[in-house]
Amino acid sequence: MVLKRIGLGLMTLLIISMLIFVGIEALPGDLAEAVLGQNALPETVASFRKELKLDLPPHARYFAWLGDFIQGDFGKSLANGRPIAELIGWRFANSLFLAGAAAAIAVPVAIILGILAAVYRNTLFDRVISMITLSAISFPEFFIAYILIALFSVQFTLFPSIANINVQMNLGEKLYAIVLPCFTLSMVVIAHMMRQTRAAIINIMASPFIEMARLKGLKRLRVTVLHAFPNALSPVINVVALNLAYLVVGVVIVEVVFVYPGLGQLLVDSVSKRDIPVVQASGLIFAATYIGLNLLADVLSILSNPRLRNPR
Amino acid sequence: MAAFRFLRESPLSARIGMAIVLINIAAAILAPVIAPHGESQVVGDVWLPMSRDFPLGTDQLGRDLLTRLIYGARNTIALAFLITALSFLMGSICGFLAATIGKWTDQVLSRLVDILMAFPTLIFALMVLSVVGTSITALVVVIALLDSTRVFRLSRAVAMDIGVLEFVEAARLRGEGTWWVMTQEILPNALPPLVAEFGLRFCFVFLFIAALSFLGLGIQPPAADWGGMVRENAGAITFGIFTPLWPAGAIAFLTVGVNLIVDWFLHVASGLKEG
Repeated sequence: MVLKRIGLGLMTLLIISMLIFVGIEALPGDLAEAVLGQNALPETVASFRKELKLDLPPHARYFAWLGDFIQGDFGKSLANGRPIAELIGWRFANSLFLAGAAAAIAVPVAIILGILAAVYRNTLFDRVISMITLSAISFPEFFIAYILIALFSVQFTLFPSIANINVQMNLGEKLYAIVLPCFTLSMVVIAHMMRQTRAAIINIMASPFIEMARLKGLKRLRVTVLHAFPNALSPVINVVALNLAYLVVGVVIVEVVFVYPGLGQLLVDSVSKRDIPVVQASGLIFAATYIGLNLLADVLSILSNPRLRNPR
Repeated sequence: MAAFRFLRESPLSARIGMAIVLINIAAAILAPVIAPHGESQVVGDVWLPMSRDFPLGTDQLGRDLLTRLIYGARNTIALAFLITALSFLMGSICGFLAATIGKWTDQVLSRLVDILMAFPTLIFALMVLSVVGTSITALVVVIALLDSTRVFRLSRAVAMDIGVLEFVEAARLRGEGTWWVMTQEILPNALPPLVAEFGLRFCFVFLFIAALSFLGLGIQPPAADWGGMVRENAGAITFGIFTPLWPAGAIAFLTVGVNLIVDWFLHVASGLKEG
C-alpha cells in the first residue's frame, strides 16, 4: 500500500519532469536565437546551441538533463552564466528556513484552535474564530503582509520591513529578520489548517461511539481529547502535510513582498528575465518538494489508519 | 417569485456579500461614467494625500487612485470572470464526457487531471509564462486550464452520481446520444453544486490573477489592475503612506463578499448540517 503510493509519487514526478522539459521544447522559435537576438552571428548561435546541447535529439537531451539534474548539476544560468546549483542551493535553504519557522508556529496553534472551535461549536468563540479565519483565507497574502508592515515596521518600528538575511548572521538575528514574513505565512496557513481540523473533529464527534461516551457522562473536553482526537488524527495529519505543501508554494509571494533571498524570489526574477534553465531547475525543485509533502500526507494517513494499513 | 423569496430569506452575511459584489460590478460596468479622471491620466504630484480632488490620493506616477481602483475593478473582474467561465466550459464538458462515456475517455482525462493537480498551480503558471511570455491570452489559457482541473473533478463526480439514476438510464435506452444525455439529463441536475463551485473558483482565479499581477507577470501596465497597483505602489509603505493598502483591500473586500454568498449557498445546498 505504502510502497505503491511512493511508486505512484515517483511516477508523477517523472512525468512532471518530462512535462517541464517538453513544455520548454515546444517553445515557438529557437531558444538560442531568442536569447542571442536576431543579429547574432551564425557561429555564435551554433556554439551556443552546442553549449546548451541543443544540437542533440530531444530524447537524448531529456535524459542528459535529467541525469545531470539528479547528480546536482543544474546547468548554467543564461542571465549571468553562473552555475545554477550555486544560485539555488543557498536560496532553497533560506526558503525552507522561512517555511519551517512558519510551520513551527502554525501547526500547534492551528490544531489547538481547531479543537477548541470544535468543542465550543456555535458559541461566540467559534463564530469569532470562524470569521477571522474566513477573512484570512479571503485576503491575498500580500494584503496581510502590507498590513503587518504598516503596523509593525512603520507605525511602531519594531521589526524590519525587508527580511534580508545572509550567511554571517547567527540564528537569533535571522529569526528577528524573518518575524514579519513568518507571521504572514503562518496567518494564512493557520486559517486553512484550523478550519480543516475543526471540520475533521466535528465529523468524528458525530460518530456513535462519541455519543456513547457522552451518554456515559464523561466531560466534554475529555471526550474530545481522549476519544475524538485519536480518531481524527489521520485526517489532521493529512491536513497538516497538505498545508505544509501549500506553505512551500505560498512562500513565493511572501518572499517577493519582503525581498527575502529565497528560491521563490529567484523563480519570479528568472521568469521575468526569461532565464529558462533557472526556471526549469527551481520549478522542478518546488514541484518535487510539493509532491514529496503530498506523498508524505498520504503515507502518514495510511499508517495512522488501521483500516488502510491492513487492506482486506 | 421563488427566487425573490429565496433572496428575502437570506441571512445578513449573505446580504452583505451581495451588496459588496453589486458595488464592485457597478463600479466595473460604470467605470468611464463614475471615475473622476481618465484611466492613466496624470493629474497631480506623486503620492498626494487624500483631498477633495483626489479622494484616495494619487499613485506612484501622480494618477488619481480612486480612478485607478474603479478601472482596476473593470479589468480584473472582467478577466477573472472570463477565465472562470472558460474553465467551467472546459472542465464541465470534459467531466461530463468522462462520466457518461466512461472507459478509456475517463481513464485518459482523469489521469491527465491527476498529473496537472499534482503540480503546484502558481509554479506551473510561472513556468508557462516564462516560456510563452506574459500576454493576456497566455494568462487566460493557462489559468483556465489549471482551474478546469478542479471543475473537472467536481463535475465528473456529480455526473457519476446522476448517471446511474433511472431517468438517465431511460434516456439511454430510448437511444439518445451522449450529447443529449449530457445536456438534457445531467446538466440541469448538476447545476446547484456547480453554481456554488463557480463562486469559489471565481475567488480563486481572482486571487490568482492578483497574485500574478503582483509578481509583475499578470495584466501589464498602463492598464489598471489591483494586483499590479499594489506592486507599483509598494514602495510607498516604507514612507508611512498607505496607498498600496487600498487596492489590496479592494481585492480582499470582493473576495470576502463572494465567499459570504458562497457560504450561504453551500449552507442551503448541504441541508444545514452544521453551523
